[in-house]
Amino acid sequence: MPTSLEFANRLREKFGEALSAPTEFRGEVTLTVMDPARISEVCQEAKEACGFDLLVDLTGVDNYGEEPRWTVVYELYGLDHRCHLRLKTSVGEAVSELPTVCRVWRGAIWHEREAYDMLGIRFQGHPDLRRILMWEGYPYFPLRKDFPLAGKPSEVPDVAFTKPAPLEGGPFVTVAGGIDSIVREPRVRTLEGQD
Amino acid sequence: MATVKDIQFLDSAARPGVAAGTLTESSFGAGGDAESADQVVGEKMVLNMGPSHPSTHGVLRVVLELDGETITRADPDIGFLHRGDEKIAENMTYNQFVPYTDRLDYLAPLANNVAYAMAVEKLMGLELPLRGQYIRTICCELARVSAHLLGLGAFAMDVGALTVFMHTFTEREKVYNLAERLTGARFTTSYTRVGGQTRDLPLGWLDGVRKFCDEVLVTIEEADQLLTRNRIWMDRTRSVGVISGVDALDFGLTGPNLRASGVNYDVRKATPYLLYDQLDFEVPVGSVGDCYDRYLVRMEEMRQSVRLLRQCADRIPGGGENAHQEPINVADGKVFLPPKEKVLTRMEELIHQFMLVTQGVNAPAGEVYFGAENPKGELGFYIQSRGGGTPYRLKIRAPSFCNLSILAHCLPGHMISDVTAILGSFDFVMGECDR
Repeated sequence: MPTSLEFANRLREKFGEALSAPTEFRGEVTLTVMDPARISEVCQEAKEACGFDLLVDLTGVDNYGEEPRWTVVYELYGLDHRCHLRLKTSVGEAVSELPTVCRVWRGAIWHEREAYDMLGIRFQGHPDLRRILMWEGYPYFPLRKDFPLAGKPSEVPDVAFTKPAPLEGGPFVTVAGGIDSIVREPRVRTLEGQD
Repeated sequence: MATVKDIQFLDSAARPGVAAGTLTESSFGAGGDAESADQVVGEKMVLNMGPSHPSTHGVLRVVLELDGETITRADPDIGFLHRGDEKIAENMTYNQFVPYTDRLDYLAPLANNVAYAMAVEKLMGLELPLRGQYIRTICCELARVSAHLLGLGAFAMDVGALTVFMHTFTEREKVYNLAERLTGARFTTSYTRVGGQTRDLPLGWLDGVRKFCDEVLVTIEEADQLLTRNRIWMDRTRSVGVISGVDALDFGLTGPNLRASGVNYDVRKATPYLLYDQLDFEVPVGSVGDCYDRYLVRMEEMRQSVRLLRQCADRIPGGGENAHQEPINVADGKVFLPPKEKVLTRMEELIHQFMLVTQGVNAPAGEVYFGAENPKGELGFYIQSRGGGTPYRLKIRAPSFCNLSILAHCLPGHMISDVTAILGSFDFVMGECDR
């Protein structure tokens, strides 16, 4: 049964200097992809040639105050050989963009949306790079290290509906600020002698 | 915003793609085939399901594009319960984050506590004494039974079988009573710490677990008899929401949802942690990947959990009363709080307590990922540490988040009434999905 380290070396044979030497910590093997533009290529190879068929997790990290600022971490797992492998790549703040791995694992679609939403890292070729946890139009990236824990005030989104509701203007609909239904509805029942 | 014009299209005779009376199960294709759904011609209508819809189990919003009653496109919208747990974690010590893990999958807080503590312990390179590991295994399996009981009850209720809910909730109450005796809290257990747990098993607690095991099996059988061969239940769930094994893996599904699709991946077997490699249990795997299979997988998992609970209760070193004072926590005072009587009488322990409370455990620099098999799937924590008492980055790999990412792919082609069945069978928790 091959180990994570052997898979890492196999990938390294294929990509040579584009990958760093594998590091090991607590039994986990990490490979760093030197050029972020090649990450999808490496992932494709890892999936097809090495059998890493499950993208367990995708994490964005903000190395605030260091260059390159962003690190994206891919946690891979292969069901057949039961090995984990971690791929890492870093990209500078000026670029803040790297290729998507959505075409390798479709599960990455939401993971990458989250990384974009939380940190502002963009993924080139992503089919649907919208915010996912925060709302559309939110102006900040809250997981950045320069975003305060207490948050920043921002506009909350408008109500979802802009067109009139189907019954608006009907006889039984109360409009905010308008006259109440007792005045409006002439057939309203009142107690005797209280007209 | 249905106008009269829209409503006319609900009449299937008005739609050239589907002749009246042919809207059978088979005409929608198993597994939600988006292409065949697109061929149905007619004016589309947008239906907003959630975020406060009873069958969305919390605050999931799904925007559905409909052709008549058939879904042609689905766009899940999440984040209504986003609290920024990962941001919060970066700003506190490791132990301070334990109560936040209660609130991830709030139907299985004990299992979350264990998964989180084990992730930090992996970073620190710690291993728990045997009794502590047994206690944690019991906690995980109790949480699994409890979460599946709720998942089953709510799923059955979503498709109209109200009775099951009453049975399973009665049983779940007993798990909460056990949790209360063990931790002092019913829901927000916060039981574990880095290097151990807050207290040993209370006297007589294991007998309570054994009694619960006997009783819950009766309830599972009752639910089984109410549902498994129930014609209505089968019609509502079979061949509905079919997910192929390839798709399930591709979207990163884990837990019962993945196994129902025929993929045999259970973290407890694949990369065993705690005592799962020494205990005897089986992992049920489905064959079709529809709602019915997901239901069957959960039913069997509960039975297997009961098996595990019984084995743990019999084998735990020290037994129920722990007369010989078997350790349950790591003995290192720099990791786990020393006993209070020593803190008050001895200098070294006093210093340890002071450092632990003010600075937190001193974790080495490095990064680890630890995934545990939680009721909903693989709950993972990726921790990047640069040394010291707080994580530099803590990412929560929430199983519900990954499981829901397949919705946009799997809903189209189904009818609106199937959405409740599919969502129910997914058994997700938004507290964990949105974090």
